[in-house]
Amino acid sequence: MSKVKKIVKNIRVDADKCNGCRGCEIACSAFHAEPKYSSVNPARSRIRVLTNRLKDIWLPVFAGEYTPTECAGRDIYTIDGKEYEECAFCRAACPSRDMFKEPDSGLPLRCDMCEGEDEPLCVKWCLTNVLVYEEREVWVEEETEEMKQEELHVGLESLADKYGRDKLMDAVARMNAKD
Amino acid sequence: MRYAEIGYYLEIDLATGNIEKVESDPELTELYLGGLGTSVKQHWDRVPPEVKPFDDENLLIFSTGLLNGTPAFSANRTVVSFVSPQSELLAYPMMGGFWSAELKHAGYDKVIFSNKSPDWVYIWINNDKVEIRDARHFKGKGSLEVQDLIREELNEPNAQVAAIGLAGENRCFTASIEQSRSSSSRLGGGAIMGDKKIKAVAVRGSKDVHLARGAEFMELMEEVKKYINFRNSNPIPGVMTILSGIGSPQEMLHTDEKWHTEGFAWGNARKRRKNFWTEEIEKAWTGTQNTAIKRFISCYNCPQQCGALIDYPGVPRYMMKCFSKLTYGMAAYVDNLEFGFKIVQRAQEYGVDAFSTPQILAFAVELKDAGILTDKDFEGCPPDEDKEGRFVWLLDRLVNREGIGDILADGTYWAAKRIGNGAEEFAHNNIKKHEQLPIKLGMLDPLYYLMYATNEKISITQIEGNWPQAPFPKREQREQFVKEWPQVPDERFKEWLLEWEPRGEKSIPHYPPPPMASEIVDWMEMIHNIDDALGLCAGMASFCLKPPYHINNLPQLVSAATGMDVDRDELKRKVNRSRNLHRAFNNCRGMTRADEKPPEDHWRHRFPELEEELLSTYYAFKGWNHDGIPTRERLHELDLDYVADELEKRGILKDVQG
Repeated sequence: MSKVKKIVKNIRVDADKCNGCRGCEIACSAFHAEPKYSSVNPARSRIRVLTNRLKDIWLPVFAGEYTPTECAGRDIYTIDGKEYEECAFCRAACPSRDMFKEPDSGLPLRCDMCEGEDEPLCVKWCLTNVLVYEEREVWVEEETEEMKQEELHVGLESLADKYGRDKLMDAVARMNAKD
Repeated sequence: MRYAEIGYYLEIDLATGNIEKVESDPELTELYLGGLGTSVKQHWDRVPPEVKPFDDENLLIFSTGLLNGTPAFSANRTVVSFVSPQSELLAYPMMGGFWSAELKHAGYDKVIFSNKSPDWVYIWINNDKVEIRDARHFKGKGSLEVQDLIREELNEPNAQVAAIGLAGENRCFTASIEQSRSSSSRLGGGAIMGDKKIKAVAVRGSKDVHLARGAEFMELMEEVKKYINFRNSNPIPGVMTILSGIGSPQEMLHTDEKWHTEGFAWGNARKRRKNFWTEEIEKAWTGTQNTAIKRFISCYNCPQQCGALIDYPGVPRYMMKCFSKLTYGMAAYVDNLEFGFKIVQRAQEYGVDAFSTPQILAFAVELKDAGILTDKDFEGCPPDEDKEGRFVWLLDRLVNREGIGDILADGTYWAAKRIGNGAEEFAHNNIKKHEQLPIKLGMLDPLYYLMYATNEKISITQIEGNWPQAPFPKREQREQFVKEWPQVPDERFKEWLLEWEPRGEKSIPHYPPPPMASEIVDWMEMIHNIDDALGLCAGMASFCLKPPYHINNLPQLVSAATGMDVDRDELKRKVNRSRNLHRAFNNCRGMTRADEKPPEDHWRHRFPELEEELLSTYYAFKGWNHDGIPTRERLHELDLDYVADELEKRGILKDVQG
């Protein structure tokens, strides 16, 4: 399999600088609104600032992969005197919490690094420099049809988990009928 | 589709438990914008002048501003409005924090409380589901403590909670409403909340706030962002550190307190200590502050960090902002800063205003020294030399309304009346029955005279702002200042500032002369009123020098957010309309020219004739008659004929010709 050079986009998070304003959530949700910037809703944001003000916890976390099942992780981490649940650092949209799911449909959200923009919008609108955008070059396997197929499979599986396979099939059938 | 605003109010009748989601009339937004403006209209329509503060009919309104929940930086104010138990006028203390955006996302612009609950309750607003819940088990809990207890009970860590402490429960006239790192403090909103037996209002929302022209709005915000970055790296030269930046005064960041400790008065707003700020004090105080501050924090969607998480040894954690670190210490004549960090935690859990409360305690100490209050009133109090212990003891009595505390809990004006025997002389720092900042100066300042005397806010920090507090000594400094001053409503303001001298003919009290002073004050209060309607933090618009938001960019932002096409004149007209309605509301409650005066000892050098001329000129400029009542002509211009009719019907507006 051939390898190609790819730019990996990365956001460095300096949580110690976070003042807890949640401007990143606002910018993210506005950018991803349809049409773009037509609405704001932090509940739809693909970045969330986990907050416990008196415990001095302000932790920006990005939405990652969807998972249909809960993991077993229930450990408690103490870092610099502050207690975090293991879930705090997890990017997954999973059944154990509401985070990273569309509030209306419950469908999973995932950070797309604001594809097409110079930098992700959360980075752009964070004036306290908590979020710093980085790009680095890596060699990766060239994306194949199989990989695209795999991505489609993951998406369909999340819909099937949420609505059941029958309803999904019905929906596909209706779409076919419309076409 | 409604833009920027939601278009729904939540009406809660506490007596019957009836909860209704009521669509608001879009025309009210056209007329009064939102926030304070549309709340004033509710009070005018529904609270007649006969209603007393603790009557069932006194409405308590928690309002968002028009731009809360949009991407506008620092649009996070919640405007709480009610007839104040202290001033008996319409008060509107605001809080920052996180509550108002959450309410918008829950689907409401305002929560309007009427009547009283038979027992302690808290309100849980979770999108469309709204509950009045039992709060009897939270009675007596601290205002900060109970916020976390409610989040736990609801199993909703993201709920934003506004709550009262003991002071509110006991209807103390300076009781505040606390929320996250912010509080709605002045004029006793906490007492009204307590009177209605609402311990807290918790809210969680996950709905959209829509923008009419979002892409255009974001482009405008790009410019605001650039200016914020510019101002944060370019403090204004030639002014006190505290005045050089943007945001609320950066009291958590700056440790240089020469200005407050030497410029403001100590005790019961009595004495300036002009050589207080020695090297030794500076070293000790800086050390204390650096020990106390765990982290700088902001309100919702704000890049500034005006607040801090306080983690002082031996004191439960809490959050602090602004001048409160000094108010108790200065009032108690305590020369260390530790006392400030300790007592504020206690006071905040009790839920009291950190500006007026220390003055009440200092007033009590003075009355004892003067023999008006007796040893019996102070039975159990630590000895006089323990100034810190004495203040804590008095604070405890006040919030519990125990013994002398029951009288003090009504504030200095009402307490003095009840105590009698000459106590009135000691309630010397009030305007419209409300304690003012402890500032005692030499020469009358015409701008401050007007702002203090006339504003509906009754609190100078919410009136002053865009115009410098004092003239720059040198012409070159003034030229430098006006060179980049995009905030002015008109170029002539720059000329006026250039002419303003520290001494001589063109200095205070005669400069700026009354017509010019009226225009400058009108500009500053207009910007404050716009902030109060939009829910913007005053620290980013009306309360600081060269702020990011101003009259030359706000109309475009409002237009893009709401879809209403609003230019400068129209924006000004809208807030003028609500200001005049507010004034008329207060006029109906008896407020007249006689009430519009700063404390007698505010300045040593007073000029009664000039002051009269200032007031008359300003009234005429505003379109008010000699008594400070809006004329029919003015009200007609503002589409407020119904207000003129009411004022005439009540015999308040006698000059029907205007």
